[in-house]
Amino acid sequence: MFSYNFHWNQAFKALPQMLDGALVTLQIALLSMAIGLAVALALTLFRLSENRVLSGFATVWVEIARNTPALFQIYMAHFGLGSFGIHLSPYTALLVGIAFNNAGYLAENFRGALKAIPETQTRAGRSLGMTPLMAFRYIVMPQMLRIAFLPATNQMVWAILMTSLGVTVGMNTDLAGVTQALNAVSFRTFEFFALAAVIYYLIAKAVTLAARLAATRMFRY
Amino acid sequence: MIEIENVRKSFGQLEVLKGINLTVQKGEVLTIIGGSGSGKSTLLTCINGLETIDAGRIVVDGTDVHAKATDLNKLRRKLGIVFQQFNAFPHLTVLENVMLAPVKVLGQSKAEAEAMAVKQLTHVGLGDKLSVYPSRMSGGQQQRMAIARALAMSPAYMLFDEVTSALDPQLVGEVLDTLRMLASEGMTMICVTHEMKFAREVSDRVAFFHKGVMAEIAPPEQLFGAPKDPELQTFLAATH
Repeated sequence: MFSYNFHWNQAFKALPQMLDGALVTLQIALLSMAIGLAVALALTLFRLSENRVLSGFATVWVEIARNTPALFQIYMAHFGLGSFGIHLSPYTALLVGIAFNNAGYLAENFRGALKAIPETQTRAGRSLGMTPLMAFRYIVMPQMLRIAFLPATNQMVWAILMTSLGVTVGMNTDLAGVTQALNAVSFRTFEFFALAAVIYYLIAKAVTLAARLAATRMFRY
Repeated sequence: MIEIENVRKSFGQLEVLKGINLTVQKGEVLTIIGGSGSGKSTLLTCINGLETIDAGRIVVDGTDVHAKATDLNKLRRKLGIVFQQFNAFPHLTVLENVMLAPVKVLGQSKAEAEAMAVKQLTHVGLGDKLSVYPSRMSGGQQQRMAIARALAMSPAYMLFDEVTSALDPQLVGEVLDTLRMLASEGMTMICVTHEMKFAREVSDRVAFFHKGVMAEIAPPEQLFGAPKDPELQTFLAATH
């Protein structure tokens, strides 16, 4: 009834290749977070602005990013933009797709954090002669980032896991891509993907722990 | 000099300032008393342009606060304001709270701003709290820090908006002492307050606001000793 023979050796032999892939995965996740954070900050400012074009743009971005599958977002970055003559490599398309998704979720995250900061903080800054942007930059934003920090680490974990969707656009150098390629020649599906899952798990755990550690060191108040 | 001419202000249907006329001279200490909703706090936030006005004019040292061409950010440097809520910046230490605006707004060097901040904090009795975060301090200490933060901008005028109203009774004294000290140093001050004893002691003049109107203004001995306005008589009777 159970006729599958495990061949873990093959998987372990491929471990160095898979770890190289894991590095690519981590790289994409970190880059997508950096881009996502920068864009999310811009979107947050847009949403706060009185300019309806900017706030509308930000709202549409957040709505699409949060309410459509990440897979479609990555597809759009690769095949969607491709049909407009913008050809992104699988690596870039994956990065763009995840960064798009990150920006939307992080912007929403920031919006929640902003609600926890009293309006009187901005007022106090303005009455010291600060411009609205200065009050945001030096008073509101640091507090917002602190409140949003731990929720944002969830998004980082999510970004790591989302990289595995890259295989659908032909990505073959990240952990999922490498694993898929190894599986294609060996058919040891269970062993390779189980090992890959363990590596994903360890990366995600390490990131979460590192973030917690960083939070206790950074936020002393 | 702060000149307030026939200022009117409404929030929706409610007119909170119904034509206020008032001039505050350099070096003067003016306190404003009156019940809640009398418009006294609104007037303060109109003076530094945090609120707009519907009619009239407020002129600070020749600058019309609400004129379109006025650079409010620049004007606010000379108008220090301290609020009922202390509004400490929680992510900054006491020293950083006080240094922030001088460095970012006035463009002072860190060393310059730090020297000033230490001086002002020492002045209000917080010289030993420089590296403490506001959450570790009492309300009275936070409020004194807010005063030092405003003073570090070297303002020409200080506006105090019920600065002791959110404090526990035993902490009111230390903040009032700080205000007394500033008054005795010749700082031009407008204080909105419920502390009648304080108003009587420090003021050159006391103004009584009632329902958006300045019902009476007089030196303290006269205003408290022989109030003319019937509403003021009722108000004083109730607060004694």
